[in-house]
Amino acid sequence: MTTCVDIINTLSPCLVRAGWNADVANLLSLLLGVVIVATVPLLTVILLIWIERKFAARIQDRIGPNRVGPYGLLQSLADALKMLTKEDITPSGADRILFNLAPIITFATVVLIWAIIPFTPLHIGADLSIGILYFVAVGSIGAVKVMIGGWSSNNKYALLGAFRTIALIVSYEVPMILALLVPVLMAGSMGMQDLTRAQGGMWFIVMSPLAAIIFFVANLAETGRSPFDLLEAESELIAGYNIEYSGFKFGMFMAGEFMHVFTVAVLTAVLFLGGWWGPFVDQLPALGFIWLGLKTAVVYLFMLLIRNTVPRFRIDQVMNINWKFMVPLSIVLILVQSFLLRLIDALGLRPAPEMANDLLANLPQTLVLLAGNLVLGAIFMHLLQRHGRTLREADEALAVVKGEAAPSGGLAEA
Amino acid sequence: MAVVETPTGAPEAYRWEGNIEELRGLVSERAFTGETMLLNMGPHHPSTHGVLRVLLELDGEQIVNAVPDVGFLHTGIEKTIESKTYEKGVTATDRMDYLSPLSNNMAFCLAVEKLVDLDVPPRAQLIRVICLELQRIASHMVWLGTHAIDLGAMSVLLYAFREREKVLDMLEMLSGQRMMGSYFRPGGVWRDITSDFKPTLVKFLGEFPRAVQDYQRLLEKNPIWVDRTQGVGVIEPERALAWGMTGPALRGSGVNWDLRKSMPYSGYEQFTFNVPLGEHGDVYDRFMCRILELWESMKILHQALERLEDRGPFRSDNRKFVPPPRSELGQSMEAVIHHFKLWTAGFDAPDEEVFAAVESPRGEIGCYLHGTGGNMPRRVHFKTPSFMHISSLPLLTQGHFIADLVAIIGSVDIVLGDCDR
Repeated sequence: MTTCVDIINTLSPCLVRAGWNADVANLLSLLLGVVIVATVPLLTVILLIWIERKFAARIQDRIGPNRVGPYGLLQSLADALKMLTKEDITPSGADRILFNLAPIITFATVVLIWAIIPFTPLHIGADLSIGILYFVAVGSIGAVKVMIGGWSSNNKYALLGAFRTIALIVSYEVPMILALLVPVLMAGSMGMQDLTRAQGGMWFIVMSPLAAIIFFVANLAETGRSPFDLLEAESELIAGYNIEYSGFKFGMFMAGEFMHVFTVAVLTAVLFLGGWWGPFVDQLPALGFIWLGLKTAVVYLFMLLIRNTVPRFRIDQVMNINWKFMVPLSIVLILVQSFLLRLIDALGLRPAPEMANDLLANLPQTLVLLAGNLVLGAIFMHLLQRHGRTLREADEALAVVKGEAAPSGGLAEA
Repeated sequence: MAVVETPTGAPEAYRWEGNIEELRGLVSERAFTGETMLLNMGPHHPSTHGVLRVLLELDGEQIVNAVPDVGFLHTGIEKTIESKTYEKGVTATDRMDYLSPLSNNMAFCLAVEKLVDLDVPPRAQLIRVICLELQRIASHMVWLGTHAIDLGAMSVLLYAFREREKVLDMLEMLSGQRMMGSYFRPGGVWRDITSDFKPTLVKFLGEFPRAVQDYQRLLEKNPIWVDRTQGVGVIEPERALAWGMTGPALRGSGVNWDLRKSMPYSGYEQFTFNVPLGEHGDVYDRFMCRILELWESMKILHQALERLEDRGPFRSDNRKFVPPPRSELGQSMEAVIHHFKLWTAGFDAPDEEVFAAVESPRGEIGCYLHGTGGNMPRRVHFKTPSFMHISSLPLLTQGHFIADLVAIIGSVDIVLGDCDR
């Protein structure tokens, strides 16, 4: 591998060869890595907001930003500048320290996740052996920032928004983590690079579509994207937990949320869509960055599509979906998946280590896993349908007994 | 609310030292012990459809009590009309229900015509029906968009406003104004329709069904939408009647009461259309009622288009009440006198009282008019649907979540200008 292709990883040896002190060279190379990993998401978010706005505009029969810069590309910069110049208000009853801490936490947690994203086969901030665990741990801090922000604002709307968000985030973390265990089971490792490498032959989304769906939906909820956007719910709570924030603190919340969504899209791509895998990645590792970007874009645009189409759930409905559907499903999924993996081993369907990246060699085990997933999904959908039918019949019976057409209100169900 | 006077200085005086005892009777006793939370929603709130203020007593997220507070948009329009001649009064009515100004025009003009016993030629009635139905579509488009965005479906708002724009363009063709056209005048309409109006209407009627189908496809069977709206804000027919609800909000409960059918005005009896009725009286049924009304409005517009062929006067030629056409002013002294008289003093109306009501997109808007014998009314009062619907909010929202409150507010379709005249 030549230095020009991979300056990041070989910077330190190069400098040493050029006569630098080894410690200084190491420090410099580390700093470069940190700066790159931290800036990539920051820069993409500026472009991302533009993409999101343009995309939403096209869906909604509008033009979208088109005034600042070519095609309105500089709109996000203009917005950021505007936010910087706004007055920074701290409400009189607010807890000053916590109030100022919340936006920083928001931002930091998301940037921290980027440390474990494998961009290419060679480039990763830190290839932790417990990458998944790290992601879960850092991601959970997201709940703290909402609690801090909502509580310290001394505003009832913020508090209500925080209540909702905490309930939502904490609940949806359960199926998300359980769904994350499925790729871990299949790859036999928690490291992000290992997880990506394990998808050389077949992407995990094909091997376990249910896990991918659960992970995706749970992450939609975690990031507060529609239809789970009830933490912001501008029509009910105006802005949710960040209602009292203004100026750049609000900007940090907003940028943090955009980045969170993007990070989730990247993670979905890494964990289920094969990460940097793609044609010619063996010859030219830097290509992995492009493949990963493309896959991320697909996931991200899919999220935008959902966001602009569906209405919002109510808090009790969100909880019902989680605890009565997604959690049981993900638990059963893990059991089924581990059983199937054992079965594959027993039948000898697992490809030999040297054939691991071959599509055909992976086909038998993929088919078994896929079939298992589909059957499980079908069973759950059937159960759901039957449950719905029973509910409806009970409603109708109740209406007949009460001698009225109207079923009972939402309160009775809640 | 009393402000406690503080001797220490000005900044203290700004602090509200209200007395929570003033709320006794409005909210439950639990609010005073701190067991429930009082939340002030509005008047600055994105989904109170203007400047409605609702004081909420919350138990967690559930509404124990909702106390609507109106009057933030009080304009004094009823009082204003008392010092305007009848012709000028029409202009003020535009500003009440600003999403369907023509319905207000219609109620006021009907009352004036009833008061002075003025005839309205068939063509004028036909043009009025077309305008009213277009206005119904425009108003329902705003309702649909805002209702949908209240429940989180963002794109529907843009789609609905796109179609509304087309309707407003047509109304602009007629009166030169998109919203506050004051197009209806006692005795007919301001001008005849323009030559490009009819082709535009035909084009619109060709495009609009697809748009409505889109809305229905996006929402009607959408599981989230159905979950959010069915069984929410239920009101039984008897109660809906008792609380004075009208329009789609009443018909959603299954009460067959549409003034266009039950007390026809402006020639509505000559059109065949159905009145969509709900069964359960919940948010979803009210939603479906309005969506189906769009189809019925299109039906009426199609029938009206056929009849638009028959030429005829577009306003009464009773010169004592309706100004003569400008073409006559150059030739007839009589016309000049009438013109001058009508545009300075207006016409006199007898000292009698009348009531006329029309079916606005929101419900029944009634106009009570009391003449003095002179050229200005003694008293004008509007019975407006929004006021009635807001007063039923506490009943509709009890026990529901905050998220349901915005759904319910959207489903009864209030306009605060309509509520605070």
